[in-house]
Amino acid sequence: MIELENVAYSYSGGELLSDISLKLAPGSFHFLTGPSGSGKTTLMKLCYGALLPTAGHVRLFDTDVRALTRDDVALLRRRVGVVHQDCQFLDHLSVTENIALPLNVSGRNAEAAGEDLDDLMHWVGLTERANALPAELSGGERQRAALARAVIMSPDVVLADEPTGNVDWEMSQRLLRLLIELNRMGKTVLIATHDLSLIRATKAHVQARVLRIANRRIQLAGADL
Amino acid sequence: MKSFIKYLRRTLQSDAQADRVVPPSGFTAQLTLFAAGAMAFLAVFSLALSLAAGRLAERWGDELARSATIRIAAPADQQQAQTEAALRILETTRGVAQSRALTDEEQSALLAPWFGSGLALDALPVPRLIEVIETSERMDAAGLRLRLAAEVPGAVLDDHSRWRAPLVKAASRLRMLGWASIILIGAVTAAMVTLAANAALAANAQLIAVLRLVGATDDYIAHAFIRRFTLRALIGAAVGMVVGMVAVLVMPRGGDETASFLTGLGFQGSHWLLPLLIPPLAAAVAFVATRVAARRTLEGLS
Repeated sequence: MIELENVAYSYSGGELLSDISLKLAPGSFHFLTGPSGSGKTTLMKLCYGALLPTAGHVRLFDTDVRALTRDDVALLRRRVGVVHQDCQFLDHLSVTENIALPLNVSGRNAEAAGEDLDDLMHWVGLTERANALPAELSGGERQRAALARAVIMSPDVVLADEPTGNVDWEMSQRLLRLLIELNRMGKTVLIATHDLSLIRATKAHVQARVLRIANRRIQLAGADL
Repeated sequence: MKSFIKYLRRTLQSDAQADRVVPPSGFTAQLTLFAAGAMAFLAVFSLALSLAAGRLAERWGDELARSATIRIAAPADQQQAQTEAALRILETTRGVAQSRALTDEEQSALLAPWFGSGLALDALPVPRLIEVIETSERMDAAGLRLRLAAEVPGAVLDDHSRWRAPLVKAASRLRMLGWASIILIGAVTAAMVTLAANAALAANAQLIAVLRLVGATDDYIAHAFIRRFTLRALIGAAVGMVVGMVAVLVMPRGGDETASFLTGLGFQGSHWLLPLLIPPLAAAVAFVATRVAARRTLEGLS
């Protein structure tokens, strides 16, 4: 589904990631952890084609990203739902319009998908906030709206970068339950987080693989979690 | 061509959801509207100037080319005989439709601006003038000169070519300047729209990032901007065109021939339809300018 093979990534300041190999199989659940600045967000971006590796290969749905045009990447991104820590909404659109944005850009009529949209709003608990603007939402509501937007196209993979970074414990548990639910529906889930308690809480419900970035390389984390 | 028209139609088709994606931006919207309006207004005047100059060049060329003057400068006792001899020659000259000697009153009227209206022609050695109107076949001026030189020694043929050429040339240049102005106006419109589109795209870099995140193609993003700027240019140019046409319409008409250029600055007949092309042309210019700007910006943001 998403495969990284001996991937390296360098900024002008130096090499951030080196010799990374990773395979996200269909229906799997992964955590990506590591200290701040270790390259978690960069690795996530490599996973959805927002960045190109400086060495090695990234394959999205069996296609090497180097062989893809920008529009090809855009089309593949409809199969990958992404949740950012800062959510990234269009501030002049309502919550519903933001959530329906992937439908809009893919040429599907958001009004025709009305019932699905309503179900999704209900699933993330934002029915009452449908017409609010993003600026009017709390941190947790924003994260849930971002999650709803990420899954509205029923993607094969959900990538969440620090989804619980700005929310309290209760809200992070609620978000986590939603992500676990998505995994049970067959979606591949990769969550980047430095919150180890979140990982521990998840392991009770789902078989998750925990990956840690340390010294520019990725390694399987084990019993210390 | 077919695919371009399809692309154009798809771009300009209303899509309420897509239209909402780009936030209404203040100054770039106003700049595009104002620039398109002002340029359309100027384009109407340039078009009127160009068409008026064209008409003038045509009229001068046509009228002057089809008339000539023979001046009989002979001693007073021979003037009548030489005038009649010249008229006889003209009667048998191919390409001459009609010819006649001007009367004393007509000659006095011609001289009145310089000598006043009470001029006694008898007291002055004024040459007699013969007006010659040519047929569409045109006469052979060189041949006529030779015949006149042989039979009417005091006759001088002036076919107006000496002063007709620079007048016609000046009018033609004026027409060319009018068209050059229209081209420049188009180029300035393109530059202004490009600036406004670049500013809008730069101000919406975050929006573009979000759209890309959710799977928007470059086409989708570019369309959102192209459609907006094209419609703004169309609306602005339509308003500018209407104001320009009203201004041309209310310009004073009539006057004598010396003022005919200034008072004739306007449109005649089907030429009134030509300014209607300005708004769609402005929209086309905006379409291309925004498309190029959007493509370049999206390349840069990748």
